[in-house]
Parts: sequence; C-alpha cells; structure tokens
Amino acid sequence: MILPAGTRFLSRWGGPTGMLGIVLTGLATLVLLTLLGALLTSVLSGGIPAFSWRFVSTIPRKDFFDVESAAILPMIVGTTLRVLIMTVFVMPFGVVTAVYLSEYADPASPFTRWIRSAISNIAGVPSIVFGLFGLGFFVNFLGRGLDAVSGVGTPELGRPSLLWASLTLAVMTLPVVIVATEESLRSIPPGLREASLALGSTKLQTVWRIVLPQALPGILTGGILAVGRAAGEVAPILFTGAAYYTAELPGRLTDQFMDLGYHIYVLATQSPNVDQTAPILYATILALLFLTLSLNAGAILLRSRLRRNQRDAA
Amino acid sequence: MDAPPARPLPTAGVEETEASPSLVTPAIQTEDLCLFYGETPALRNVSLSIPERQVTALIGPSGCGKSTLLRCFNRMNDLIPAVRVTGRCRIGGQDILDDGVDVIELRKRVGMVFQRSNPFPMSIRANMVYGLRLQGIRNRSEQDQIVEESLRAAALWDEVKDRLERNALELSGGQQQRLCIARAIAIRPRILLMDEPASALDPIATMRIEELILDLRRDYTIVIVTHNMQQATRISDQTAFLYLGEVVEFDRTARIFTHPREQRTEDYVTGRFG
Repeated sequence: MILPAGTRFLSRWGGPTGMLGIVLTGLATLVLLTLLGALLTSVLSGGIPAFSWRFVSTIPRKDFFDVESAAILPMIVGTTLRVLIMTVFVMPFGVVTAVYLSEYADPASPFTRWIRSAISNIAGVPSIVFGLFGLGFFVNFLGRGLDAVSGVGTPELGRPSLLWASLTLAVMTLPVVIVATEESLRSIPPGLREASLALGSTKLQTVWRIVLPQALPGILTGGILAVGRAAGEVAPILFTGAAYYTAELPGRLTDQFMDLGYHIYVLATQSPNVDQTAPILYATILALLFLTLSLNAGAILLRSRLRRNQRDAA
Repeated sequence: MDAPPARPLPTAGVEETEASPSLVTPAIQTEDLCLFYGETPALRNVSLSIPERQVTALIGPSGCGKSTLLRCFNRMNDLIPAVRVTGRCRIGGQDILDDGVDVIELRKRVGMVFQRSNPFPMSIRANMVYGLRLQGIRNRSEQDQIVEESLRAAALWDEVKDRLERNALELSGGQQQRLCIARAIAIRPRILLMDEPASALDPIATMRIEELILDLRRDYTIVIVTHNMQQATRISDQTAFLYLGEVVEFDRTARIFTHPREQRTEDYVTGRFG
C-alpha cells in the first residue's frame, strides 16, 4: 500500500497514547525554553543599559553602589583566576584518580568500592559545607600550620586567599572530573590496551601513550563541567578567599580577591537604593554569564580541535 | 596431503615417517599446564611441544580453551584477575610461568595478533614505530628501514607506502589486520601468536592473510587459533585439537584431518559436533 509520506509519519505516532507522549514531552521542553528565555531577556534588558567598556575595565572605588563609577574589573579577574587555578589543581588529581580506578584498581575489591562511594559522597555535599571545610582545613589547619612552621610573625597563609578558595573549589569539583574521565577511559576499546601490552609495553607506557591520548577529549569534557560548576559558586569561597572589597587586583596566590558571584550577592542585598542600583546588578550578572560561557566555549573549542587532530592522525 | 614441497622444513629428515611433532626442536613446550578461572578449570594438563618455524593450529569448539592456551604463551592471561596457572611452559629454555620472568621481555619475543584488528588510532607509521620506540630504537632512518621491511613482509607496503602518515583506521579491515601483523613482526619476535586473525575478514582478505602466514613461517614460529578447519588444513603443519580444556590429539595436520587416532577428533573435524 502506498501512502503519502505525511500519513505514514502520522501513523507512526501510534494513536492517542502516542500523541499524549509527544504532547507531554513537548510541553516540558517548552516550559524549560520559556523559563530560560525569560531569564535571559530579563538579564539582558536590565543589564545592557549599564554595561559598558568602562564598567568591565576599571577598578571601582569602595562605593559599589554609585551608578556612575561602579565597575567590575577586579571581580572578573578574581573569578577568572580562581577558576583557572582550580582547574590546574583539579585536573591532574582527578585524572590520576580516574586512571587508578579504571586501569589499576581491582574493581571487585572493597577498597575500590569504598573509594567510589567516597567520591559520590563528595558530589552530594552542599557547597556551603565545602566553604566551611575549606576554612577549617585549608585556612585554619594547613595555612596556619604552615605559617607556624615557617615562623613568620604575621599570618601569610593562615588567612583566606585566592589559593585556598581555588583549592576548596578543586575539592568540590573533583568528582565531576573523576567521573567524566573514568567514563571516557571506559569507552576506549580494551583491544587497544592489549595491542600495546602485547608489543611489550608496560602498563604505565600503555596508559601514557595509548589510553590517555585517546581519553583526552572526554577528560576535557570533565574540565568543562568542572569549570561550569565552579564559576558560579559563591558558598565555597565565602570564607576561604572572597573579599567584600580589595583596593587592588590580586597579584599573588595569598591575596584575597573580589568575585563576580559574591559581588552579585552584595549588590542584591546591601544596596541602599535597590531601584537605582538594579542596572549595575543586572550588568554584573550579565558579565558572570558571559564569563562562564566564554570559559566553557574556550574548553569546547580546545576539545573539538583535539578531536579533529585525532581524526586526521598525529 | 603432506606439507607442500616448497616449504623449507627444518624437519626435512624425519617428516615423511611417523614423525610426531615432539621430535622437532620445540619453540614452546608445555608440561601439565593447567589454568583456572577462579575455581573453574579452563585448561587441563596440557602437554604440547610446538616446533620451531612451523605453523601450529589450535582447533576445537568454542570455549574449549584454545584462545586461553594461546594467551598463556605471552602471559596475556595475567591481565585477567583471578586466573591461576600451574605446570610448566618453556620458551627459549626458560619457564615463562616463573614469577621472576620479565613479562615485558617475553612479549617482545612472543608477538600477538588479535581476532579483531586493533590498530592504534594514529598514523600507519606511528603504529609501526610504537613497538620500536619501546625498544629504544629512535633513529629515524633505522625506524624507516624496519617499517618498510615489516610492511613488505606483511604484504602491505605497496598499498600504504604513499600514505604512511595517514590514519591507520582509514585502511580496510584486511589491511588493518595486515598492519597489525606488520606491527607485531616489526619488533622481531621469535614466535607469533594469532587468535583467529581472519575470522572477521571477507574471503579475499582471508586468503591474503593465509598467504602471508605461509610466507612468515620461514622466519617465525606461528601458533594460530582458528575456527575454520579448512584454514587449518591449508596453512598449518601441526594441529592440536582441544576439547573442554584438554588436548585430545596433537599431530601433523594431515593426519589429524585424515586419520585421527581419537574418535572425538574425527567427530569434530568431520563436522559431527562443534
């Protein structure tokens, strides 16, 4: 029987129940898109009037709420730095842990299962708890301990700083990197490992020359997810490094820093005149969205270039 | 029905008589080799003497342990947790099952080609020099020479000489498998293990692999697992028939397929079971 294309397609919808499925899933998608659209519209329409080159490129005076002189360069720098430093720490640790779990550890051993459940538990900890953990462990225990050992009079490491905030974020995003890396390691055909071992390579050589290069795009996906998660977080850095105000841009790892997310919180809650300062708030939100987006875009670009290189053979 | 006359057999003096394979210089000699997955025995008291520079086929129904036996010879079974091996397996005068054996060195002497061709997703040349670099051969012209020799030996040189920098995955299935063979012989092993190397290939590619195996037997001891009994008759000098982890019969291929001593062998090679 020959039917016009449209009817055949329709018949595949499977009658009223099939129709119901399409309507429900379609509606859910629509609701989501509408919410996203509303959010972006409100941020854009509220933020663009106050958004200018001066706004993103100058250091503000202490009064953030003066619409004329408000600026966010230090916050952009601070957020970028803490995300990049976090990446430097979380990637090696996460990747090495994932390699251990997937290439070396005996999957059946209770120890391995214990490590895995520990990782999922880290993933489930609320971020404010990480903030308190960072304060207690990094700043007070590690920082003060190091200060005491080195014997400096004024606390150098034993106070909130860019380093401790980044490390706290690194601990928080560790599970994301581990899980993504493990997944990408699992997707590499076992035949490649066997081929390498059968040619007389050690396990380490196999991991280093065959497995990791193949897994690199997946590892970068882990990095992208970690950056995305960390860029907008405020709670973990609240006690570990973010400052309400610093006069200068952070120059050293031990400096405190201003942060876009925290600044948004400050603008939203401390403003003497909410209506008047709303444009600065929106413009700052816009900057944070843009920054997160461009950090992600950078990593995605890097990944796609890697994939292309791999396809074209090295 | 005997081996084709053109083949330079090291056993020429004895081959026409009732020569059992064990009279020839053994490249691999196993004694009471048993292997267990956990508590399940997969190989039972395998005692084989695989002669040098000949092709030895391992045949038998699925799950009879022929691949497992093959993987004993380069200790690939080490990769599987909970595998226990007892008995002896001598290669080059050394019991390779000893704890002190350098498995890495062993695998450089005993190469392997797998059922599914597994070229690295890199250039053809990078595939070829992978093993060489592991051996510390870094000189480019020396590498080039070995790459060419090995690709020629694997009858692949003419097809790939102009695209050595292209990705190996662009090759056809048969070419990929010949690349894997070339890669394995580039590091000059003494023994080549092949685990159903042609089972995923079309008849023409299979034929080329078989021709290649007959060529290579001049320089290498080849042990090949195959499901294809015609293939075993075409390319092998000796055949071992395995069943339920036991070597039922091991003899010259012609004999196994025409006058087997054991009923079970006859039943299998005539297709009555398996």
